[in-house]
Amino acid sequence: MAWDLSTARISGIFQKEFIQMRRDKLTFAMMLVIPVMQLILFGFAINTDPKSLPTAVYLQEHTPITRSIVSGMLQSGYFEIHQGAEQANLSSEQLLRQGKVAFALTIPAGFTRRLLHGDKPQLLLEADASDPAASSHAVAQFSVIVERALRHEFRGALSYLQAKPDAVDVHVLRNYNPEGITQYNIVPGLLGVILTMTSVMITAIAMTRELERGTMENLLALPARPVEVMVGKILPYSLIGIVQTCVVLGAAMGIFQVPFTGALVTLAAGVALFILANLALGFTFSTIAKTQMEAMQLTFFFFLPSILLSGFMFPFRGMPEWAQWLGEVLPLTHFLRIVRGVMLKGSQLADVYPELAAIVAFMAIMGVVAMLRYRRTLD
Amino acid sequence: MSDSVFAIDVTGLGKDFGDKTVVDGVDLRLPKGQVWGFLGPNGSGKTTTIRMLCGLLQPTRGQGRCLGFDVLSQSREIKLRTGYMTQKFSFWDDLTIRENLQFVARLHGLKSIPSLVDTILEKLGLAHRQHQLAASLSGGWKQRLALAAVTMAKPQLLLLDEPTAGVDPQARRDFWDEIQQLTSDGMTVLLSTHYMDEAERCDQIVYLANGHLLARGSVEDIIRHTGIYTYHIQGRDLRMLAQQLRLQPEVANVSYFGSALHVSGTDQPALLQRLQGLCAQGQRIIDAPPELEDAFIALMQQAGKDQREYN
Repeated sequence: MAWDLSTARISGIFQKEFIQMRRDKLTFAMMLVIPVMQLILFGFAINTDPKSLPTAVYLQEHTPITRSIVSGMLQSGYFEIHQGAEQANLSSEQLLRQGKVAFALTIPAGFTRRLLHGDKPQLLLEADASDPAASSHAVAQFSVIVERALRHEFRGALSYLQAKPDAVDVHVLRNYNPEGITQYNIVPGLLGVILTMTSVMITAIAMTRELERGTMENLLALPARPVEVMVGKILPYSLIGIVQTCVVLGAAMGIFQVPFTGALVTLAAGVALFILANLALGFTFSTIAKTQMEAMQLTFFFFLPSILLSGFMFPFRGMPEWAQWLGEVLPLTHFLRIVRGVMLKGSQLADVYPELAAIVAFMAIMGVVAMLRYRRTLD
Repeated sequence: MSDSVFAIDVTGLGKDFGDKTVVDGVDLRLPKGQVWGFLGPNGSGKTTTIRMLCGLLQPTRGQGRCLGFDVLSQSREIKLRTGYMTQKFSFWDDLTIRENLQFVARLHGLKSIPSLVDTILEKLGLAHRQHQLAASLSGGWKQRLALAAVTMAKPQLLLLDEPTAGVDPQARRDFWDEIQQLTSDGMTVLLSTHYMDEAERCDQIVYLANGHLLARGSVEDIIRHTGIYTYHIQGRDLRMLAQQLRLQPEVANVSYFGSALHVSGTDQPALLQRLQGLCAQGQRIIDAPPELEDAFIALMQQAGKDQREYN
């Protein structure tokens, strides 16, 4: 009889599921922690209209009008002055390429004089437009800000200038991605996301599989040193990472026509270190997880903030300071700066050096943790 | 130390997991070239002791040497010279038979591996199946593969954890022939088993219960040591009699043995008197030689009593 249902059997299964759910701490934690994590990250950390973007200001003259333009920019909330640009003698091009600033404003000498003569002087705003989402709002606001600042100044004796709508020739240079093509930013970033996902997960699973299937006991009984096991386990997945890199780069350039303006060697260094850092993390996860399922869950715990806080999906500078600090810990954040820098901005090794150093630090710490935690016995 | 006559020489070996003591105060002196049987009920600490001997577990207490190397600090040296066969098949199911053997050979740093593996496959009779996944093997074949793999590097000591569990009688016999061959080549073997016939094939038996070593010696030594006496009772209505006997303090064990009742105890006069008192008309008491199993049951009961008194 198809309708011969038993409430006793259903409640038996119901109870068993609850008992198992309670015992499986990680799944339980996942069901509770992941929603909270998502609420915090999406609710507080993510902001698609980033403000307070660091701006280098090159004022070649200091007059009430130029000061008014700068203070107008600050009041809009979109721009924040990056101190010391002029003192350090760094060009706007260097600062933008290294990612130290998002904008550079140049007001040339004689600006005020030409403005008063009605000569439509030029005002230059250079923008790092590699991520169109991060820069477009501020760029769109810039002309309005300048106009408003001038209107405020054009009073009294200067009110004759009010009549001229385009008193200033606002020149905006969208560097690195002038057409604002989203793929230019997303596709190189995807390389980092794909490498994170596969490298961390595959390594974590490869080790826990031995534990879950009972082959770990055999492996430990064989005379292999922990370093030999670790290197032997990590190398094959490094090769897979390199193949993935070639596929993604090929697609990026072949299908999406993403420009590659920098040196391949610089990117190769970044990719190599990034893969190793992720593999070391995967190895660490494998020393924590007891089953392949737990290894996947740990990977997911790491992957979610990596996607959201690294600047892959949402502008890094749009996030509050605490989220940016968290983001700085993640290797993906640094790798995205490298891969976007090298491909779009033509960054040199010296430009991405701090990012490489951050990845190396992460890799070193994870490597040590993994070696310390690696089980030499079944204890 | 490696010229010692003992392959295993440990004293006071003990292991705690958390606050639970699993093995305590185990002394073992296993002479080279012998086969020793490790017996005891499930959970008695056999596997834990074997794992401590080959460096898979760090002992909590005790000290000693395996093949002349310190069990606490030189586990790599021990692993290089020891073959350890796990209780559960722990080779790689998703590698072929050949690949498993090659992998083990590489980790042992052996030379001319392809021809070595060929020889082993030929000897095992698995040459025609060498490219099958290990998962496709039956229990008996897995056991043979595992034994071949752990003996490939010509270890001086073999630690085998219930190597014949779940294996058919023919495969067990072949296995013991192989063990005999290996020991005649000078290998020392310590193996755990639940089979009495296998225990009787060993030079010495070590009996472990609740993590303590209760008895050690040859089969005759252990039977003599426990001072056990056994009788067979034949006749009708044995079921009733068995129920009554199980309640008697003089009776250590009652079990059915074919159509007879097998009764054992350590106090011979008292046991015999009790049997004569309880046996009805048509039930016959026959003197029977005690077996190893009787001795072990007596040891286990003794251990259980000690444990209760201790607690």
